[in-house]
Amino acid sequence: MNPSEIPAPYQTQARPIGDVAGLTEPNYLNATHGLKSWLLTKDHKRIAILYIITTTIAFLIGALAAALIRLELITPQGDLLTGDGYNKAFSAHGIVMIFMFLVPVVPAVLGNFLVPIMIGAKDLAFPRINLMSWYLYMIGSAFTMWAVIAGGVDTGWTFYTPYSTTTNTNVVSAAVGVFVIGFSSIFTGFNFIVTVHKMRAPGMTWFRLPLFIWSAYATSLIMILGTPVIGITILMVAVERTLNLGVFNPQFGGDPLLFQHLFWFYSHPAVYIMILPGFGIISEIIPCFSRRNIFGYSFVAMSSLAIAMVGFFVWGHHLFVSGQGNYAGVVFSALSFIIGIPTAIKVFNWTATLYKGSISFETPMLYALGFMGLFLIGGLTGLFLATMAIDKMVHDTYFVVAHFHYVMVGGMLLAYLGGIHFWWPKISGRMYNEFLGKLGALITFIGFNLTFFPQFIVGYLGMPRHYHQYVPEFQVYHVLSTAGASILGVGFLLPIIYLTYSWWYGDIAGSNPYKATGLEWQTSSPPPTENFHELPVVDIGPYEYSEFKEDSLVHPR
Amino acid sequence: MNPKVPNNFALWPEQASTIAGAVDALYIFEILVSTFFVITIPAVIIYFCVKYRRRPGNMNPPRIETSKALEVIWSVIPLMIVMVMFFWGAQVFFRQQAVPENALEILVTGKKWMWKFQHKNGHREINDLHVPVGQPVVLKMASEDVIHDVYIPAFRTKQDVLPGRYTYLWFEATKTGVYHLFCNQYCGTQHSNMVGKVIVMEEADYQKWLGGYTGATPEQVGEELFTKYACNTCHLDSGSARGPLLAGIMGTKVAFQDGSQAVVDENYLRESILQSQAKIVAGFQPIMPSFQGLLTAEEVNALIAYIKSMPGSKAGTSQAHPPAGAPDAAASATDAAHQATNEQTESNDAATTNTAQTTATTTSDAAATTGAQQGVQ
Repeated sequence: MNPSEIPAPYQTQARPIGDVAGLTEPNYLNATHGLKSWLLTKDHKRIAILYIITTTIAFLIGALAAALIRLELITPQGDLLTGDGYNKAFSAHGIVMIFMFLVPVVPAVLGNFLVPIMIGAKDLAFPRINLMSWYLYMIGSAFTMWAVIAGGVDTGWTFYTPYSTTTNTNVVSAAVGVFVIGFSSIFTGFNFIVTVHKMRAPGMTWFRLPLFIWSAYATSLIMILGTPVIGITILMVAVERTLNLGVFNPQFGGDPLLFQHLFWFYSHPAVYIMILPGFGIISEIIPCFSRRNIFGYSFVAMSSLAIAMVGFFVWGHHLFVSGQGNYAGVVFSALSFIIGIPTAIKVFNWTATLYKGSISFETPMLYALGFMGLFLIGGLTGLFLATMAIDKMVHDTYFVVAHFHYVMVGGMLLAYLGGIHFWWPKISGRMYNEFLGKLGALITFIGFNLTFFPQFIVGYLGMPRHYHQYVPEFQVYHVLSTAGASILGVGFLLPIIYLTYSWWYGDIAGSNPYKATGLEWQTSSPPPTENFHELPVVDIGPYEYSEFKEDSLVHPR
Repeated sequence: MNPKVPNNFALWPEQASTIAGAVDALYIFEILVSTFFVITIPAVIIYFCVKYRRRPGNMNPPRIETSKALEVIWSVIPLMIVMVMFFWGAQVFFRQQAVPENALEILVTGKKWMWKFQHKNGHREINDLHVPVGQPVVLKMASEDVIHDVYIPAFRTKQDVLPGRYTYLWFEATKTGVYHLFCNQYCGTQHSNMVGKVIVMEEADYQKWLGGYTGATPEQVGEELFTKYACNTCHLDSGSARGPLLAGIMGTKVAFQDGSQAVVDENYLRESILQSQAKIVAGFQPIMPSFQGLLTAEEVNALIAYIKSMPGSKAGTSQAHPPAGAPDAAASATDAAHQATNEQTESNDAATTNTAQTTATTTSDAAATTGAQQGVQ
């Protein structure tokens, strides 16, 4: 965007207190111009913008597939799509949403933008590798999209063998895509870890790190340790398909359960890759809008690390009915319950942070409160699935679909939207329409519950997932779900529209519109390319709201 | 006669098995616990949001200090609650998994995209499964292609059906009627049409229904296949004895060339037929061809039924699950030697001596490689 495009009234607007630079002053957006300056940028903030655009496109493609699924399921018969068409639609929905949206989105967008600024660094430790991560993401996504467009994949996002090694759809292309996107994750995680270790500003001790950084750090550990496993596993599927090597297919002497073990060894921790950054966002928003230091800082920080570690030892709870030994199941069940505890600790600490605060309800806070309600349901229904006897009943039914979406959409996506709204003024330098923001949060909350709550009931009734046609007595619940999904669609489209509009036409935000304490708010909006005009020095913790004065900045500059 | 599953709107699935009540009780317990938290935590949040909303005079609240006591309380209490769920859930799960001794065995073959059932007397049916009420039934299941899953919501149970080996699902129906049977593991184009019915009948009606069939039993079919595929030339004592003798082999321990050992169960027999090179019994040459692709899953079932029925077999129908873990190598090898000695009385001397010698050799081998021994597959 060009400063000359900014409408005249804004250029002459008085600068808010504490604002060191209006939009016309040099910042990362107007520092250089032209497509090349974006595609070859090494600025972590510009790379974050590249990711915003590409992950949003991925989200829209995944949402389109979801719309097809929900439309098909209004009636028990298969009338809109063929059996194969439906299978390809839910596979596209799963693969695109998981690998191209949920896994990368928060680390790549908000993590990229915020990790260096929050710790007072000029950029990530390896800016070129950071750019390479984006290109890997794009190359991997191209393979995946090619698989989806050129005939489709019909394995679901889980690629279970021996189905995936025998189906005649584009599994190899999708597998290569997932493999390459995996490297994008690994490099991003590696970059974050080195940055957090080596590039903190003077005085930014480990226990002065914002909780978003702690969660990004924990997420990065999982990315580095887990992603190689999925990469090689999915590559084995491709190799088995092309060379008939007997790894997973019993026809060639392989073991189909081996795939499930390897797949979930990554993919369960991957669920924490998706949700942990969301926890980090909520831990930033709640203190800001209740003007309170977070309750139990070190417990919230350490619970992220605990989740990252224990998360590697719970994968077997996906295999209770797969033919895994009973005693293995017992161990995985116990560990799956235990991982619920650090999660519960976070929820209790967020709630306690509100106590005797000064709470206001701007859009990010509405998303955060919505997150707490929905994630609570998502987390508690996880206990049902960790209970072996109940899993024997609800495994692979709509109960699981509902649980998963409560965590991933009600939890993760709401947290992401909350984060995008919270940091949008910093990213774009502009404010969005607050009324539309609140409206969007409300519509999303209502639509979400209407879509997914009925699925718990129909799941316990026995509705299996991945069903193109179903028995007529389940129809009521599917009609409710589809109605909810339509509302949810509006709730998601609204922010895309008004945020895009605000990019050019929004009010000037000023450096710290929400009067937040984090280091990222101590620089101008949008920040200059080098993030800070002067190197910040940190002498207090990240959430010292009690010492925040309206007209002054907390941190010495 | 084409009974249909009743089609009514419902909030709660019908209970039709002995385990259903136990699963529902646990489910209701967890719903109550969850409801408690889903009401109280948001209630507290809303209360705080109203009481401490931003107002003049409430602009700059003081610092709050963390209470370690609170942190401990809200870690320990949830931990205790989930441990109740864990133990309760594990206990019911073991009831779901433990096949009763007297269970009636029905063979199940999953195949894209149909269910084939075969009853004890050989009676077959497709997608419909007739079972007697008040009688434990165990489904011995295998897949011909990809992974499927038998799911009967009214019985509160399901189990994946694997192409590589047998899995087992048991239930005891408590009331007559017709219930859904779904394939619950995604298996391709017609996955959602891989749906069957469980028709629960009175014992007398079931016997009458079974009696309508007068064809061959699985054992008879198996015996024919045993000759047709020339298994008898190596595996019967009247043959060349180039392979292990199979009479009475179920439930015995065998030692392998690599020093490991296993208890013979249906999965071992199945693997030995289809992946004949996977485990070589000590003292024999790996000369058996693989029958993968030559035999259908049902033919494998028939062969195993025949092997189990061979004279000298003491295996019952419910020899379903292998015992957990293997005892130490030397003891097992000794058992195998005893077994061989028992067989001696019925076998010709030369062959048995051969077996006994090889077992003795294996004992020392096994002792040398105790660390390498594997659990029962």
